Amino acid sequence: MGESGAESRTDGDATGGGTGVGAGRETGRETYGPTGGGAEVCVEAVGLEKVFQVRRRTGVLRRERREVRAVDGIDFTVARGEMVGFIGPNGAGKSTTIKMLTGILTPSGGRLRVAGIDPARERTRLTRRIGVVFGQRTTLWWDLPLRDSYALVRRIYRIPGERYRANLDRCVELLDLGELLDVPVRQLSLGQRMRADIAAALLHDPEVLYLDEPTIGLDVISKAQVRDFLRDLNAERGTTVLLTTHDLTDIEQLCERVIVIDHGRLMYDGALAGLHEVGESERTLVVDLERELPPIEGVPGARTVRTEGPRQWLAFPASASAAPIVARIAADHPLVDLSLREPDIEDVIARMYAQQRRPAAG
Amino acid sequence: MAEAERAAAPGVRDARAVRAVREAVVRARWGVRAYGFIAAMWVRSTMAYRTSFVLMVVGNLVTTLLDFLAIVIMFTHIDELGGFTLPEVAFLYATSSAAFGLADLLLGSFDRIGSRVRDGTVDTLLVRPVPVLAQVAADRFALRRVGRLLQAVLLLGWSVTALDLDWTPGRLLLVPVMVVSGAAIFGAVYVLGGAFQFWAQDAAEVQNSFTYGGTTMLQYPPTVFARELLRGVTFVVPLAFVNWLPALHVLGHDDPLRLPGWVDFASPAVAALCCVVAGLVWRAGLRGYQSTGS
Repeated sequence: MGESGAESRTDGDATGGGTGVGAGRETGRETYGPTGGGAEVCVEAVGLEKVFQVRRRTGVLRRERREVRAVDGIDFTVARGEMVGFIGPNGAGKSTTIKMLTGILTPSGGRLRVAGIDPARERTRLTRRIGVVFGQRTTLWWDLPLRDSYALVRRIYRIPGERYRANLDRCVELLDLGELLDVPVRQLSLGQRMRADIAAALLHDPEVLYLDEPTIGLDVISKAQVRDFLRDLNAERGTTVLLTTHDLTDIEQLCERVIVIDHGRLMYDGALAGLHEVGESERTLVVDLERELPPIEGVPGARTVRTEGPRQWLAFPASASAAPIVARIAADHPLVDLSLREPDIEDVIARMYAQQRRPAAG
Repeated sequence: MAEAERAAAPGVRDARAVRAVREAVVRARWGVRAYGFIAAMWVRSTMAYRTSFVLMVVGNLVTTLLDFLAIVIMFTHIDELGGFTLPEVAFLYATSSAAFGLADLLLGSFDRIGSRVRDGTVDTLLVRPVPVLAQVAADRFALRRVGRLLQAVLLLGWSVTALDLDWTPGRLLLVPVMVVSGAAIFGAVYVLGGAFQFWAQDAAEVQNSFTYGGTTMLQYPPTVFARELLRGVTFVVPLAFVNWLPALHVLGHDDPLRLPGWVDFASPAVAALCCVVAGLVWRAGLRGYQSTGS
């Protein structure tokens, strides 16, 4: 493990900055990269590629073969105990990347190591070291009661009795599964099923937990429950957690590090805060004045983007402080109330994509 | 130094081959064990509805027996079918049904692989430390399918007593060998059909024509079919080895294709070959699996 870690360092440096957005890449390297804390490398991808052969019917018998590069040369390393969020639009290559990390798909190129194992070559050995939760489909047995499903999981992974009971008790307690154990999986609600699935993925004490859209379709309470559980799991057991999501609150609340993938390429790898800088995102100050007034002007660093009766919206860079702006407005205008809106990360990412494409197009 | 290495090379290669074989055996044994406990769990879960289970088995048994009744009715108008008497046809029917029933009981779930490929749930099988083949086979294991096997055994018992034959130990032994080899051949067709569904997701119907269609064909004497068809099921899809060829020997009938006598005993070898081919194609199919979009 130590040796492969050293090797990755040179690899990482050689390819570093090759794909990502400059600034974000830097933050990623400094704060979380293998050169940072010297932590043990858990997942390592170098030049990871996946090309799908898509055959399309063009005539009665004629078929056209086309290559689709779902993942197009991605490099990243994840240290043991990290919690990393993968984001990106639909069809960006997130799920394909996760599937390669779990051994479901064989990479077309590049090098991949998870817990020191090549997933494609030793899939079965890897399955004992990882846990996988698919948001869209269950790994449990649809018609069996939850209790039986867990009993099967126990036998499949050959989990020693004592450890199995301890892990199950813990999951049942923390994920509130007690009353569901005798219910067949097909009768569970989406939120219940997700919690049940997470428990099933953890009974064999995996080192790495993958979650593909773990909060998709869940209500607010279920989402909070799942997030709390994952945070505790990561903090207490040091389980490495990799998740893909559309819900940016997941990332905000769980992941210190985020990897943005689009068109099969790594766009950003670093702290969530850095993403705002890269995306030049803006915060919005909403002020309610005593009466309808012309748009506020002359506040340095801020501009009025919208007015509606006595209410006005002012945008300013996310990195700037709101205090001087508020003070300035309060000094010149009859201020009744105000609120501050944090930037929508989806906008940030969208803006980042736009930036990426601009030089490419020009 | 180089020479010493060269001398050691065959030894190393042998050791590697031995290890590979040992690993394959360990894997196969683990697969069978896993199949056992997954299937057992399904049986336990269906036993929660015991009455429904018993009704299903009885229903299955009655339907398949009615199927044979059609042949019995046919024999009220004729004495022989293609030169075969009723007990002889019953023997063919029973051996074919038993072989197919056994394969269907153990591997009948393979039909579902196509829909699993389509909706991407094969992914969930790939992240578990059990061979995918075993998981697919054991999925929704339905003990009620034992009905067909039951009918076959009852009918076999009757035909063996009704047949006017000298039951030498060789003949008697050929019966279970025939059923087990036949089940293996049908099983290989199931696995092969399943493997093709990785490429063409609705190949299940083609496979059904070989399994269900095959067993129906084998229930009748080979003499009533066209010679081309007989050649096809002997040399292309070797269904003739399920029961026809060994049964011709047991019943003392001439082989319409006039093949050498030893082919009557070739069923186990043919079955083994089919299983190897099916295993390799399955592996290739699984490797080529491309998963679904999300």
